[in-house]
Amino acid sequence: MYAQLVKSDAADDSPEARAFQARIDRGEKIEPKDWMPDGYRKTLIRQIGQHAHSEIVGQLPEGNWITRAPTLERKAILLAKVQDEAGHGLYLYCAAETLGVSRDELTEMLLDGRMKYSSIFNYPTLTWADMGAVGWLVDGAAIMNQVPLQRTSYGPYARAMVRICKEESFHQRQGFDIMMKMANGTEAQRRMAQNALDRFWYPSLMMFGPSDKDSVHSAQSMAWKIKMNTNDELRQKFVDQTVPQAEYLGLTVPDPDLRWHDETGHYEFTQPDWSEFMDVLRGNGPCNADRLAARNKAWDDGAWVREGLMAHADKKRAAKVAAE
Amino acid sequence: MSDLFTFLTRMGDNTLVLGHRLSEWCGHAPVLEEDIALANTALDLIGQTQMWLGLAAQVEGAGRSADDLAMLRDAWDFRNLLLVERPNGDFGATIMRQCLFDRFHLLLLDALTHSTDTRIAAIAAKAVKEVRYHADRSAELVIGLGDGTAESHTRMQTALDALWPYVGEMFTDDATDTAMAAAGIAPLPSTLRAAWDTQMTDILTQATLTRPDGDFAHQGGKNGAQHSEHLGHMLSQMQWLQRAYPGATW
Repeated sequence: MYAQLVKSDAADDSPEARAFQARIDRGEKIEPKDWMPDGYRKTLIRQIGQHAHSEIVGQLPEGNWITRAPTLERKAILLAKVQDEAGHGLYLYCAAETLGVSRDELTEMLLDGRMKYSSIFNYPTLTWADMGAVGWLVDGAAIMNQVPLQRTSYGPYARAMVRICKEESFHQRQGFDIMMKMANGTEAQRRMAQNALDRFWYPSLMMFGPSDKDSVHSAQSMAWKIKMNTNDELRQKFVDQTVPQAEYLGLTVPDPDLRWHDETGHYEFTQPDWSEFMDVLRGNGPCNADRLAARNKAWDDGAWVREGLMAHADKKRAAKVAAE
Repeated sequence: MSDLFTFLTRMGDNTLVLGHRLSEWCGHAPVLEEDIALANTALDLIGQTQMWLGLAAQVEGAGRSADDLAMLRDAWDFRNLLLVERPNGDFGATIMRQCLFDRFHLLLLDALTHSTDTRIAAIAAKAVKEVRYHADRSAELVIGLGDGTAESHTRMQTALDALWPYVGEMFTDDATDTAMAAAGIAPLPSTLRAAWDTQMTDILTQATLTRPDGDFAHQGGKNGAQHSEHLGHMLSQMQWLQRAYPGATW
């Protein structure tokens, strides 16, 4: 997901912590000024931060096609979509700031590799059909996780999710619309569409993270309601939803062992290659170095702008004080 | 080619080329808020392009669409100003280019809201609201960065000096402009210069920047006689899919 393998700090056993857990169990929302266990705060900062970074780095693979969009309308839609992602990053950084960490601190941790972003954005976008596949599959997978997070226990995070989900479902529809055009288009367009599905299928399944049925981190995060479903539940739901859509498009899911089971009401599918996933997380995905280099370049090249605007704001403030 | 068609492609090509340039920043701006604001401006300009080139195609009556005009003309048929095809450079150069153009664009659109051609007046009425915001924003940034740190000041002065030779083309008049003015469709560009000078002097003064002395003006964009080398590279990206896969719908 946009937050993968988030390490959860353990809960303590103080009376405050027990009362806190009782509030969560009653379905109350935790707000920034409320008491919260240190572990809850730290885990949330990691999770929301990783989610925010994913939005910002996630601008890059789609941004890669803005200047090559095939029509004025497609260009406007794609630009608006990538702009929405910047907006999502902004809401999420604001939500994280309510926990006592600044946006600049989080940014520094992304840029020097201390914090992660979703593995999916380390894959390249090679044809226009990838703009369809990213919307259809990547945003589709993201929505699986983000819809339940609208009910997460931390108020600012839940409210950010409500806004984000509205936009994400629009993104997913426009991605599917691109895929429809491509799948029903010329031979070359159909080939691009199938190729995009071939490349993005398994990385999309990886977005949910490895099976977490035995993970202590997940159990704690679920008790705190900052993780709402297991990775396997969400992955299954995604496959069940997406396979019929691929069939509708006339495309083939690249899994020869994919099978529908009447008795379970679910598809059986091949797991992605988890060693590839771990490689990507360690920095060895096809685009990790390029993505981080692009973010670092934007940040470093922009330093004089941020400093200049701050200096001007200080001068204006000083002049105002002097005038009073 | 009719003067009206030429005039409309000038409007639409300016917004197309500048919108494209701004869209190159998406994901790479110095701060998140600026990333969003640049994308907003680019989106407005692309939307205006659809209206201007849509009307140009309709006026031409040759069965071409706005997309055909954007994606299937070669550089010599583009009628945008040389200023807007300048490469982005650093953020300062991008914002300075924007400020110089926005002031001209705003004055022009304001006048076009009174055009005798009601289709043009309607497009201008919609666009002018967006461009008023663009002009406020770019002026604010030029002032903030000009009057910021020593480094930001130097960068903004460098950008202004480099772009100044591209200012004059905005205010040149040719036969198309004279025909448009005679029909009450559009103002003569030269008549916008005095107001532009007054506004720009005010902005540059607040920004503590020095207006360059020379008045040399590069020509060749709005009449298509001689674009810069940069336009061809932009089009090779922008038009690539339509050129590589002719006849496909997207």
